[in-house]
Amino acid sequence: MRRKISLYGLTFSLPLLIWQILFFVFPLLFLIALSFWTVKNFTMRPDFNMVNWTTIYGRGVFWQAYGTTFALAAAASVLTSVLAFPAAYAIAFKLSDAARRWAVFLMVIPFFTSYLVRVYSWQIFLSDNGIINVILGWVGLGPFQMLNTVGATIIGYLTLSFPLVVLLQLFSLAFLDRTLIEAAHNLRCGRVRTVFAVVIPSARVGLVIAALFCFILSFGDFVSPVYLGGGEPTTLSILITDTTKSGQQWPRAAVIALTMIGTLMLVAFAAVKFAYKGKTK
Amino acid sequence: MPKIERPDTGLTRRALLATGAATLALPMLSRRAFAAPTELTMLAWYGHAEPDIVAEFEAENNVKFIPKYYTGGDNMLGLISQSPPGTFDVILSDAEYVQALNAAGYVEELDPNDYALADYFPEFQNFPGNWQDGKLFSLVTRFGFLGVAYNTDALTEAEAANYNVFWDPKLTGKVGHFDWHLPNLGQMSLLNGNASPYDIDEAAWTAVKEKTKTLRPQIGGFFDYGGTFSSLNDGQMLAFCGIGDWITGVLEKNGAKVRSVIPEQGGLQWSECFSIGKGSQKADLAKKWIQYITSAKGQAKSAQMAAYPALIPNQKGWEVLQAENPAEAKRQGMTKEAGNAMDMIRAGRIKYRQWPIQQDLETWNDFWSEYKGA
Repeated sequence: MRRKISLYGLTFSLPLLIWQILFFVFPLLFLIALSFWTVKNFTMRPDFNMVNWTTIYGRGVFWQAYGTTFALAAAASVLTSVLAFPAAYAIAFKLSDAARRWAVFLMVIPFFTSYLVRVYSWQIFLSDNGIINVILGWVGLGPFQMLNTVGATIIGYLTLSFPLVVLLQLFSLAFLDRTLIEAAHNLRCGRVRTVFAVVIPSARVGLVIAALFCFILSFGDFVSPVYLGGGEPTTLSILITDTTKSGQQWPRAAVIALTMIGTLMLVAFAAVKFAYKGKTK
Repeated sequence: MPKIERPDTGLTRRALLATGAATLALPMLSRRAFAAPTELTMLAWYGHAEPDIVAEFEAENNVKFIPKYYTGGDNMLGLISQSPPGTFDVILSDAEYVQALNAAGYVEELDPNDYALADYFPEFQNFPGNWQDGKLFSLVTRFGFLGVAYNTDALTEAEAANYNVFWDPKLTGKVGHFDWHLPNLGQMSLLNGNASPYDIDEAAWTAVKEKTKTLRPQIGGFFDYGGTFSSLNDGQMLAFCGIGDWITGVLEKNGAKVRSVIPEQGGLQWSECFSIGKGSQKADLAKKWIQYITSAKGQAKSAQMAAYPALIPNQKGWEVLQAENPAEAKRQGMTKEAGNAMDMIRAGRIKYRQWPIQQDLETWNDFWSEYKGA
């Protein structure tokens, strides 16, 4: 049956529609148009030329950066989800109401400070002369190189998305139908098996969406790869800055940005499809 | 009825009215002191519109600088091209970008008679890039050298005085790159013996690429401005390619064990120039600022800029600096002693950093990206 859009519904959905058109559709259309422009003597000129697409897609370094960025973001999503789940589970099922409120508050606090500042503070811990190596030195270990490594980049991604992933997982677990867990226990299902057979499948949508957010944030992040990873390996966000840094090649940067947007859309659609697979209204 | 005696204060009604009128008129008599300061917009690298540099000029001229800081010449060009004409009254640009500013019509022509060019060292009076077709478009205000930056605990000055030190096995993973192709590849070109490091043919360019690739296993990271500071300061990187005293000078003054040296293969020179933005409504005030910052007094200030120190082209500025801060003058080599900064230039040990002449800028940039990703 075809649904009729009422004036009441339109009134409330209109601001969202206008917002999306103004701040997503228009910039996206402009970005698409920009990717066909050309640059001469540092000045961008409106054009319809495929040269930016062929140049970027023809470069090995682009595909290398693409693979690296995708792999790092995927690894960060899996790692963050795995590390965040016990925290979210404990907050949802093991803490009292008061303690749960405090835990949520503590998860929100990191957002009060700048992400850049938090990443810089990691340098104090991870550098060769940093806190971790000093402590390891007391027991005769190290120093180990931790800063300017892929591991440090992943730590940065965790810093960025861990609190958010915990909160998203928590909301998903908090609204879980607890009678399902009781039923599992009544049927003599052990605690661990209950988690894997009942809790995780029931909270799948929230868990997948949380992982998706981690992927999105990590995939486009510039701060951690530069300030913790030392700029290597090259990620797509670094490649964008490299491209704009010399010769005002914003059109080529637009090609990279559009590829990133397209990738994120595909991943998001795939994740949502997986999350709701087998679900009925 | 007893008569009330008024105390004699000596203040008559007439005197009271006169005093009141004078008090009310005072702000009118010194309107300038009470007028809102004129805002002057400056597009520059960080530090150029900070109080240590502009406070005196602001106070003397009732001006308030509104800075817009950029990082890198392309960022600067982007900001200008995306802003209406007249947005920036004063523009600071690296020398290699001045011609691009000219070509795009972003800057006003200057009258050389307005400035103390006669006080400049001869090498800077007709500075390349400042002039085009006999017309002056910008004025060099400070410059510096790029060589080998090193941790003084890890290397001696003698060890660091050769670009080959970057390949030293004890520095594996401890060599950093300032993430911009131009200074790094320029230094590699110097190491390969190219007298004009940016004017090289295809064979020499291929050789520069091959040489640079061999350095890749030594590299611990590619850093921006902030990352370069922190990685040198905390000893994470022990040697750095592509920078000089403009970074290590700040760290050294704050007690870090880092220095820069010009290697035996030679160094590069960066230069910063001031221009007046096209369409500026306050061109006279902008001119006054350039006159100030290129004067001996302004130059001495500029040399000691808190954000990053630099050499200055005004020889009278050297004299003021030597009188004001002899230690800094000595540290930067702006003294009358042999081997000073000008002697290095005159001995041919320093080459201008500039855009590649026989290749596209894009070619160099593309190689840099590939090198980073290798």
